[in-house]
Amino acid sequence: MNGSQGDVDLSVSLLSLHLKNPVMPASGCFSFGKEAASFYDLNVLGAIVVKATTLEERLGNPTPRVAETAAGMLNAIGLQNPGVQRVMAEELPGLRRYPSVPVIVNVAGTAVEDYVAVVKALSTSPDVSAIELNISCPNVKCGGIQFGSDPRLAAAMVRAVKTVATRPVIVKLSPNVTDIVEMAVACEEAGADALTLINTVIGMKIDLEQRRPLLANGSGGLSGPAIKPIAIRMVYEVSRYVNIPVIGVGGIMTGADAIEFLLAGATAVQVGTANFVDPLACPRIIDETREWCVQHGVRSIRELIGVSWRANGR
Amino acid sequence: MPTVEVYAHETLGKDLHALTFASPIDLRANHCQPGQFLHIRVSRSFDFLLRRPLSLCDADVEHNRLTVVYRVSGEGTRRLAARKPGDLIDVLGPLGQGFPIHDMDRRALLIGGGVGVPPLLELAKQLRASGKSVQTVVGFQTAGQLMLIEELAVYGEVAVMTDDGSAGERGRVTAALTAELCADADRYYACGPSVMLRAVQEEMSGKGVPGYLSLEERMGCGIGICVGCVHPVLRGGKLANAKTCRDGPVFDAQEVVFP
Ligand SMILES: Cc1cc2nc3c(=O)[nH]c(=O)nc-3n(C[C@H](O)[C@H](O)[C@H](O)COP(=O)(O)OP(=O)(O)OC[C@H]3O[C@@H](n4cnc5c(N)ncnc54)[C@H](O)[C@@H]3O)c2cc1C
Ligand SMILES: Cc1cc2nc3c(=O)[nH]c(=O)nc-3n(C[C@H](O)[C@H](O)[C@H](O)COP(=O)(O)O)c2cc1C
Ligand code: FES
Repeated sequence: MNGSQGDVDLSVSLLSLHLKNPVMPASGCFSFGKEAASFYDLNVLGAIVVKATTLEERLGNPTPRVAETAAGMLNAIGLQNPGVQRVMAEELPGLRRYPSVPVIVNVAGTAVEDYVAVVKALSTSPDVSAIELNISCPNVKCGGIQFGSDPRLAAAMVRAVKTVATRPVIVKLSPNVTDIVEMAVACEEAGADALTLINTVIGMKIDLEQRRPLLANGSGGLSGPAIKPIAIRMVYEVSRYVNIPVIGVGGIMTGADAIEFLLAGATAVQVGTANFVDPLACPRIIDETREWCVQHGVRSIRELIGVSWRANGR
Repeated sequence: MPTVEVYAHETLGKDLHALTFASPIDLRANHCQPGQFLHIRVSRSFDFLLRRPLSLCDADVEHNRLTVVYRVSGEGTRRLAARKPGDLIDVLGPLGQGFPIHDMDRRALLIGGGVGVPPLLELAKQLRASGKSVQTVVGFQTAGQLMLIEELAVYGEVAVMTDDGSAGERGRVTAALTAELCADADRYYACGPSVMLRAVQEEMSGKGVPGYLSLEERMGCGIGICVGCVHPVLRGGKLANAKTCRDGPVFDAQEVVFP
């Protein structure tokens, strides 16, 4: 197969990976794929990003962990996961059933050594196509956010991880910074192979009856349509500036949203919260993206990447 | 996602509604368990993003219809309340693990509080259909919040408790769980707010009656992918965070840990 589906070629290349389309579920919004597989054949996906993996098992935060907000939601899950060894032994092998779908493993931790140890372990797994460094989780004390908001710390982290990684390293950036371009450049210079932006935006909701923050953690990460303009702006600015591919994420609910991210400069997109609202969101967004291309006479989706800032854009 | 047609939408009391719609799954081919829930979008637009979990209250297998009974308790349920027969609604489910029915049991004790009462109706129906006797204790804050009492009474005796004594006896449901009531109960089934479930768990384990608790947590996805809805359980002597949407909402009372 040459990646063309119907009359439109939706395929993109991301680093060494060939994606049959640019749409993948975002980390933490797909678990490890088992549940979604009861709704559709995961072979349709461009790639899969699995839940954040840490060195040791984590139980995560107390509840409430989620709260709805206008056109969005807050979450403070706290990186609940069984730890890298069990992820490799129990979760990743199940994804071998989808050989055409690259698996990207999201990595989180507290100290640089944790990240390095997890990446080292994952580099021995046949089931990992790329690593996504989550240096931006807002919901754990020392959950990596200090790396996500200080360009020098981020760069040091990326360099340390790159010395042990045998797979491409994608760095997922936090929007909770003053200068996103500075962060992106620091990661690129340190050797990042690609960037994902954005993680959730820190927020809070107060329960009027209890007169206290609704989430047990106090603050949480805002996701969903409410953050899309923030994500679009950041993808636009960063993709113009860096020479490595950018994966766009934040509030994608429809094919039109995915197209908007490509025009902003994303090479691929991730779908997070939409999976919660509609378990079929990813396949639907892929279909809608193809449909949009057909209607707009776009033969290859690659034509759209970065058009909004390219001088020769329409 | 599956959109199904609203068949009936009745007002049962102040801010209390029974919504009946075509089942998203074929009920003749798929058994649904009491205690499972439906995950319902209240709006087509993205301003109310998340689905609302509502318990299965009645499954009409013959007509392939499901009913949920819910209290308007916020903007989402207020939106839902505006749906009319013939409207289409987006419903996922039935989801989760419901109340298991045990062949050897002869007598079941059902315990409900507030909006935890609706799933007990389908449970009572299925328990009676498998030949078990049913005794129910329900608790509410005040008389105005009573629901489904007559419907439950079809399947067995119903004791009503209210916090303020405005209907039934004054007090909590646990006050009604007397030694004689529990003496010949093979099992109990409870659904309600956490404070009630915790008290029921303690009371019933003291009396040596095994049972199930249906837990309530805020949900993101309802299908096990966000890990938002967890509740602590003891499994194999180890504390774990189980997903109430997929591993529950019904759990063996013995394994539930209240933090
Ligand atoms: C498994 C399960 C079964 C349920 N069954 C019933 C039922 O049969 N009848 C009934 O009246 N109610 C039931 N509830 C509670 C019901 O889901 C909430 O009352 C409803 O979600 C409130 O939505 P809202 O938009 O009106 O309130 P808002 O407060 O505006 O809702 C905001 C967000 O918080 C969530 N939320 C608010 N209150 C609760 C709550 N108590 N439990 C869980 N999430 C909540 C909402 O789903 C929504 O995501 C059940 C809850 C669970 C977890
Ligand atoms: C419940 C939940 C859990 C998440 N867990 C992770 C995670 O483990 N690692 C990570 O890098 N991002 C995580 N995210 C962030 C998403 O991957 C994504 O960046 C963000 O939600 C924005 O996209 P969306 O608006 O499409 O959801 C999580 C988001 C949500 C809502
Ligand atoms: S609500 Fe998402 S895992 Fe249970």
